[in-house]
Amino acid sequence: MNTRVKIAGVELKNPVMTASGTFGSGMEYSEFVDLNKLGAVVTKGVANVPWEGNPTPRVAEVYGGMLNAIGLQNPGIDVFMERDIPFLQQYDTKIIVNVCGKTVEDYLEVVEKLGDCPVHLLEINVSCPNVKEGAIAFGQKADCLYDITSAIKKKAKQPIIMKLSPNVTDIGEMAKAAEAAGADAISLINTLTGMKIDIHKRKFVLANKTGGLSGPAIKPIAVRMVYQAAQAVKIPIIGMGGISNWEDAIEFLMAGATAIAVGAMNFINPYVTEEIIAGIEGYMQENNIEDIREMVGCV
Amino acid sequence: MQKASAKLNHKSRAEMGLKMNSKKKTEAEVISQQKIGDEIYDMWIRTQLAEWAKAGQFICLYPHSESTLLPRPISICETEQGKGQMRIVYRAAGKGTKEFSSYQPGDKIAILGNLGNGFPLQQAEGKRVFLIGGGIGIPPMLQLAKSLKETGKAKSVSIVAGYRNEQLFLKEDMEKYAPVYVATEDGSAGTKGNVMDAIAEKGLEADVIMACGPMPMLRAVKQFAQDKGMEAYISLEERMACGVGACLGCVCRTKEKDAHSHVNNARICTDGPVFDAKIVDI
Repeated sequence: MNTRVKIAGVELKNPVMTASGTFGSGMEYSEFVDLNKLGAVVTKGVANVPWEGNPTPRVAEVYGGMLNAIGLQNPGIDVFMERDIPFLQQYDTKIIVNVCGKTVEDYLEVVEKLGDCPVHLLEINVSCPNVKEGAIAFGQKADCLYDITSAIKKKAKQPIIMKLSPNVTDIGEMAKAAEAAGADAISLINTLTGMKIDIHKRKFVLANKTGGLSGPAIKPIAVRMVYQAAQAVKIPIIGMGGISNWEDAIEFLMAGATAIAVGAMNFINPYVTEEIIAGIEGYMQENNIEDIREMVGCV
Repeated sequence: MQKASAKLNHKSRAEMGLKMNSKKKTEAEVISQQKIGDEIYDMWIRTQLAEWAKAGQFICLYPHSESTLLPRPISICETEQGKGQMRIVYRAAGKGTKEFSSYQPGDKIAILGNLGNGFPLQQAEGKRVFLIGGGIGIPPMLQLAKSLKETGKAKSVSIVAGYRNEQLFLKEDMEKYAPVYVATEDGSAGTKGNVMDAIAEKGLEADVIMACGPMPMLRAVKQFAQDKGMEAYISLEERMACGVGACLGCVCRTKEKDAHSHVNNARICTDGPVFDAKIVDI
């Protein structure tokens, strides 16, 4: 039985990875999960300098999910290279670093510094809804996405995955722009912009007013968008958005994702990634599926 | 930490998983539950986590309802070590905690623990200690008083508890370990006013404070400690998602650069919830 998949020439032992921002750099969850079992660990977004993020409250629960407006708090690339990459190198898993920035130059600085690091893939975050400058602005217009993708692709030594926003009119058009600019893969969906109001206090629950919606509530939207993107491009897709068990993971594969990432559910079940891997294997065995790739885009 | 070349194998990790103090998500059984005040519930649960829980640490409880997914952080009120019993006293304020309040003996509940650092017991050595609790911040003071009594290193311990009204939950339990001075907002018991009013009225003195309660109380405690040149350790809370330091949801501003992100934002769930009052901006 083969569960290995390839993203831009990088082979993962299975298609299960962590969604950026929900797993730190693996350190916190290594007490719960055997990182060696994961297809890849995708780190929290890292910028060229430390970012302090948004004021609190940064998280709120909503029906079937949560809102977050962390604002990409991160220690900056220098600390990250000294501490987080060596930590992940101890494990037999692929390392995918999520890169964020406020300007194209910010992104390029991080990408260039990572050039000589033992990192397998770069995921470029152009879809965070919680940062005012940069970030999502690059991911909501096809021509901006094209420009930043080609600028990064010129400098990047590792293959790049463009992480797309669902807060767009036509996801297929965005996927095509990324592909045309040379992206090696795309990942989607990032969170959907949401809001929650405390009716007793007559106030926004999040200090940032809006936040990104994640969790099981968004899964049908994510499956639909992965399917539409898969119809639009030939590059591999990493599917995510509300995956909480192995059935969900397989649904994304069938919609056209080559690999999948688990996000908010890590907070609810810290063992969920390992359980999904076991669940996929069980499903394959039961259905006599020799190669996991048979399922990709099979609908 | 091992060298980069030596990949950690599953076995060594499994062995690590068995060590004491490790965090885990596990199933606990409800032993008993009773209502001890308006919307205040007192629940004993059976869990191995009780064996290494420290005063001031917390656990996360997961509601069964799938509409409420995030775990609820609740402070540990008391443990019976050797018996695997843990007590939590909480306010049924929202959907999740209201669900918990309906649990009966024998019911199973998923919990994640033990989380956070706990109060620094060694800072009480040879000193007169105030334990100050306000409202639903009172419960962790019980285990703290119990632990201080067990270690016997503090010179003296006085508990100051601030309640809304005459529903003085946990007062008798705390009195087993130290004298309890009460303040009530409505003046129905003890000093009328807050914990600071009770300290002033009774002329209480101490060298170090350990406190948990609402933010206005903690600000007053911090100011009081600063004015008197005392040490104070305060337990903070914030909306949390993961509870283990990964999501960066529950941060508080700090004077110095934090160890994780180097941006003056400590994580309450892992760097706290107990902080030296001097280092946090509240």
